[in-house]
Amino acid sequence: MDLYEYQGKELLRSVGIETPEGRVATSPSRAAAAAADLGGGVVVKAQVLTGGRGKAGGIKRADDPDEAREAARSVLGMTIGGLDVHRVLVEKAAPLEHELYAALVFDRGAKKVLAMLSRMGGMEVEDVAREHPDAIARVYVDPLAGWTDYHGRRLVFEAGLETELLRPMCELFARLFEAFTRYEALLVEVNPLAVVGGRLVALDCKVTVDNSALFRHRHVAQMEDHHLADAQEVMARERGVTYVKIGGDIGILGNGAGLVMSTLDVVAEAGGAPANFLDVGGGAKEEEIVTALEVLTSDSQVNAILFNIFGGITRCDEVARGILTAIDRMDIKMPIVVRLEGTNEADGRVIIADAIAAGAANLSVEESMRGAADRAVELARGVV
Amino acid sequence: MAIIIDETSRVVVQGLTGREGSFHARRNRAYGTNVVGGVTPGKGGQDVEGIPVFDTVRSAVEATGADVSLVFVPPRVATDAIYEAIDAGLGTIVVITEGIPAHDMLRVYNYLRYRAVTLIGPNCPGVISPGKASVGIMPAQIFIPGPVGIVSRSGTLTYQIANELTHRGIGQSSAVGIGGDPIVGSTYVDILARYEADPETQLVVMVGEIGGDEEETAARYVAEHMTKPVVGYVAGFTAPAGKQMGHAGAIISGSSGTARAKKVAMEAAGIRVGIDPTDVAKLAGQVLAGRELGQAIARTGAPSV
Repeated sequence: MDLYEYQGKELLRSVGIETPEGRVATSPSRAAAAAADLGGGVVVKAQVLTGGRGKAGGIKRADDPDEAREAARSVLGMTIGGLDVHRVLVEKAAPLEHELYAALVFDRGAKKVLAMLSRMGGMEVEDVAREHPDAIARVYVDPLAGWTDYHGRRLVFEAGLETELLRPMCELFARLFEAFTRYEALLVEVNPLAVVGGRLVALDCKVTVDNSALFRHRHVAQMEDHHLADAQEVMARERGVTYVKIGGDIGILGNGAGLVMSTLDVVAEAGGAPANFLDVGGGAKEEEIVTALEVLTSDSQVNAILFNIFGGITRCDEVARGILTAIDRMDIKMPIVVRLEGTNEADGRVIIADAIAAGAANLSVEESMRGAADRAVELARGVV
Repeated sequence: MAIIIDETSRVVVQGLTGREGSFHARRNRAYGTNVVGGVTPGKGGQDVEGIPVFDTVRSAVEATGADVSLVFVPPRVATDAIYEAIDAGLGTIVVITEGIPAHDMLRVYNYLRYRAVTLIGPNCPGVISPGKASVGIMPAQIFIPGPVGIVSRSGTLTYQIANELTHRGIGQSSAVGIGGDPIVGSTYVDILARYEADPETQLVVMVGEIGGDEEETAARYVAEHMTKPVVGYVAGFTAPAGKQMGHAGAIISGSSGTARAKKVAMEAAGIRVGIDPTDVAKLAGQVLAGRELGQAIARTGAPSV
């Protein structure tokens, strides 16, 4: 889960890292009040989970509360990278001498924590890495040994920073590492990290935490923004369904992440546009199939459905019964293509075939994945 | 041969008395696997349909001579169970559990990095060596013994591809699900090296998906170290960036981890990549047929034209 800047900064402050004084505001008048409260010049920053905020005009300077109100008026309601801005962070503007870059990354390739430091702060680190690869000092940290001072010394010397920054930087990284491990982050990035009178101040940050560890961090789990996701994604989460919106017109259901991803690809290969990723998971029972179909059919763009089940723990007859129950209960009229293979496949196919014989005209059965995809594409186009 | 597990493996199931543990342990035993015991703290002395239960992994190993552990315990306590298995001296640990926190697994990985332990998973379907043993949750009936080794991050895709191979009469030496999490105990490279050394395996099918750069690393390994042919597949061409596609590890971040980049890297390493699971099985059949022809030519001399 990605955190907003103001949320990430809250976590950084909790381990003793300095950030500019600031207030979150959801309206122009509150932004003005925050600016008055902070006194002097402020920066009004859009809170949005995407990059390129500055270039999009989502960060504005304001010298007094009236300017802050105007800045917030233009930033709130902006759409940046497809996301609406609902909040701004109003922060005291800080005079700074230099902008640096500091980060800790959960490196799944190396299976270590990667610490990075660069003199070239304030720009996209990917650009720095491409154009000036030597400008980024890197050191790997063994999670069993943890952070030690030499890691910090290496970063400071290899990044070519002034020796005066040695102590504050070692301290900063020790604290970043503390935040990284305490909150079980996958990324803690401070960019820019400002040098202000010899002190280090986190001007902006990006924090990503591990969803699988949120059960241990209630406070962080509550930071999740439920406005963010689209209607089906919210509905899916409430009902415990693994769902991702893609945006096409063919609703996809399958079991197992890999098989569902593969099904999306095969549908795209057949010329169709998948509406979603939906994994009913291993061992899905009748009721879970019904729930999954409720989520999927609530997307008004969907006009055909493709079921791709390879039964391991999942039993094809359970899936077939779930489909029929859902059709019955929700009165689903749109075409449903079913492809069942694996455990109890014969029983499952018989159940579907009987339903078709009994008049369920919108159901059809296909044997192969590609055949099912082709059929779903035709049906979605209304060709058949 | 076969890799990782075979008919001599002696399996202890951690979490045997749980719903999943007892169901799959019995299925594994029915397949012919030596399931010699289970571990559930506090339930030592009981049994699950004749499989004795122990309080600790250590006592289970002492009593049964187990050398493989199959872990079904819930994610919050799973790494505790893994450490217990490592310290009890088990050589192979297969972890089915999904949802283990990444930082927990990072520590486990570094703990066993320099130990002679093979960890498969977590968040994986396990390992099957058809006709010999099945350790995990794979539907054993779709596999038949033969020359193809499978390595995959996805369970159901493994089944799909194995099924397509079996329908064509092409059997499998082993199938290994390495797991869909960001940190797994064994990578493609670890498993590819084993297939390269396994005399029974003549071809490897490598099934990848979006996220991370394990497939790219594996492709380099194939180009530099493998003599056996490898056929590949990658899922997730239609996956949008920044969205986790079911598996914790299946996420495109920025420009890294895309299916296209993985396919390109695999093809550059001489791996033939199928467009869908059916195509993968077809390619495997073609490569094997070509290889047999090549071997026949090597035995009898070039055919006269």
